[in-house]
Amino acid sequence: MRGLSSWRAREARSGLLLVAPGLLLLSAFLALPVVASLLLSLTDFDLYAVGDPSNARVVGLRNYARLLHDPVFWKALGNTFFFVVVGGPLTVSLALGTALLLNHKLVRFPGLFRTIYFAPVVTTLVAVAAVWKYLYHPRFGLLNAALGLFGVGAIDWLGDPHWAMPAIVLMAAWKNFGASMIIFVAGLKAIPESLYEAARLDGAGPWQRFRLITVPLLAPTFLFVGLTTTIGYFQLFAEPYVMSGGDGGPMNATLSVALFMYKQGFRWWSIGASASIAFVLFAVILGATLLQRRLQKGGEA
Amino acid sequence: MKRKTLSTIAVHAALVAGSIVTLAPLLWMVSASFMSSGEANTSPPPLLPGRATLDQYRELFVRLDLGRSFLNSALLATCAALLSVVVNAAAGYAFAKLRFPARGPLFSGLLAAMVIPGQVAMLPVFLLLRSMGLVNSYAGVILPGVASIFGIFLVRQYAASVPDELLDAARIDGAGELRIFWSIVLPLCRPILVTLGVLTFLGTWNDFMWPLIVLTDDTKWTLTVALASLSGEHVQDTELMMAGAVVTVLPALLLFLALQRSYIDGITAGGLKE
Repeated sequence: MRGLSSWRAREARSGLLLVAPGLLLLSAFLALPVVASLLLSLTDFDLYAVGDPSNARVVGLRNYARLLHDPVFWKALGNTFFFVVVGGPLTVSLALGTALLLNHKLVRFPGLFRTIYFAPVVTTLVAVAAVWKYLYHPRFGLLNAALGLFGVGAIDWLGDPHWAMPAIVLMAAWKNFGASMIIFVAGLKAIPESLYEAARLDGAGPWQRFRLITVPLLAPTFLFVGLTTTIGYFQLFAEPYVMSGGDGGPMNATLSVALFMYKQGFRWWSIGASASIAFVLFAVILGATLLQRRLQKGGEA
Repeated sequence: MKRKTLSTIAVHAALVAGSIVTLAPLLWMVSASFMSSGEANTSPPPLLPGRATLDQYRELFVRLDLGRSFLNSALLATCAALLSVVVNAAAGYAFAKLRFPARGPLFSGLLAAMVIPGQVAMLPVFLLLRSMGLVNSYAGVILPGVASIFGIFLVRQYAASVPDELLDAARIDGAGELRIFWSIVLPLCRPILVTLGVLTFLGTWNDFMWPLIVLTDDTKWTLTVALASLSGEHVQDTELMMAGAVVTVLPALLLFLALQRSYIDGITAGGLKE
């Protein structure tokens, strides 16, 4: 009996020892910084305070109030929502479309096609953004040359404020759809073939089989992909950073909330203001998550 | 029978067309990297180099010293992958198999913390690194990303399938818990550890924002930071930039091709985006 209890004690000690490095690092680089960020957002912490923190003063909710009156912030929020609302569905439908094609019974070499569609996901964003910058070139870019074949006039993709954000959406969809596609393929594979067989015997056509079997059984995968895409897209940063040379131009047309936060914090060292932007972004993402979870629950009921 | 042939053709036509569009930017990148300076900036844009040349690569490695950034990236990504595997495997295994105080609450805490976007922590992490003297150091780039909630979950899920009898047998034989973790659990979890290692390696290799913030000294820059800086100075040199893009993208693509199954298992298990 004594042997067992000393075993238990040893197990408890080892367990704590094994989780300690991971939990300590997560506390130092995630939990504490989030709390610190919340506190910073209530101060006017700036460049002078970086040198000597006693220069910072508590200003309550002033940073948040100022944000509400900052047209640049609203512009950034609008751009980010545009990216989520247009780019999200575009990415997810490309992913679903290719997954359905790949899952077709008649397809030869599905592994090869899967690898090709997935390739952009593992590429380095900074590098492919540089590639797309040239593809988007108004005079020498391949995209305008291709569109020219169909009689479409030259578009200044990244220079025209109306086209800059759609250009970023297009590149992001190209870069990301493969990741969601893989998850859809796994979801489709998990649907038992016998269900389709049974439906066929009952006289259901291809469209009916899709609507009555594939759609409902894929719904959880669809919501999962939708949720992760939405959360990821709200954090839009590197794409506009690289495409616009770091400032979110032209005329703030590609300024996202995360990029605005970065500029406030790391370019102008308005750390208090930057932290308040981070928390507004956090709140928006949390709201979107809860909304989507509720939709999911509603769908199941 | 005829309808089946028709749909086979239609499905494959769609897949091939999609593949061409998907690969076009990457193929053009490779093609333009072999063009001589100025060749890409002509109208209509050429698809292939008139005469393939290695000039751009020579310029990158000989004059611009991109090899140094390449080594920095390789070193940082390797260290990050190894550290992340050990730290997250330890925590994941402990959460799956060992009973210790506050295990439940700690795990729920991790679950809840998953909704926090990393960007919220960025500024305080920078200030913390600054106070620790780690700004402009390799450790400053790697350390904040070593522990990952996703990684802990990934290992925990897998380690749950390790049979308890095996662990108990080792305990009866007198093996200590750390020894059990190192010589029994780690080898048994190898597939998921490879997955985690590949994901971390590529994540670090491709990362841009954090090394940009932390590394101020250009001899320490990673490839992504060096490339972004290059694109500021050499914006007109399309061919040179494309060679730089190839040097950055190619290792990531090759590693993915070599370890494709492990990588895709990880994506499917966790459904992360990048």
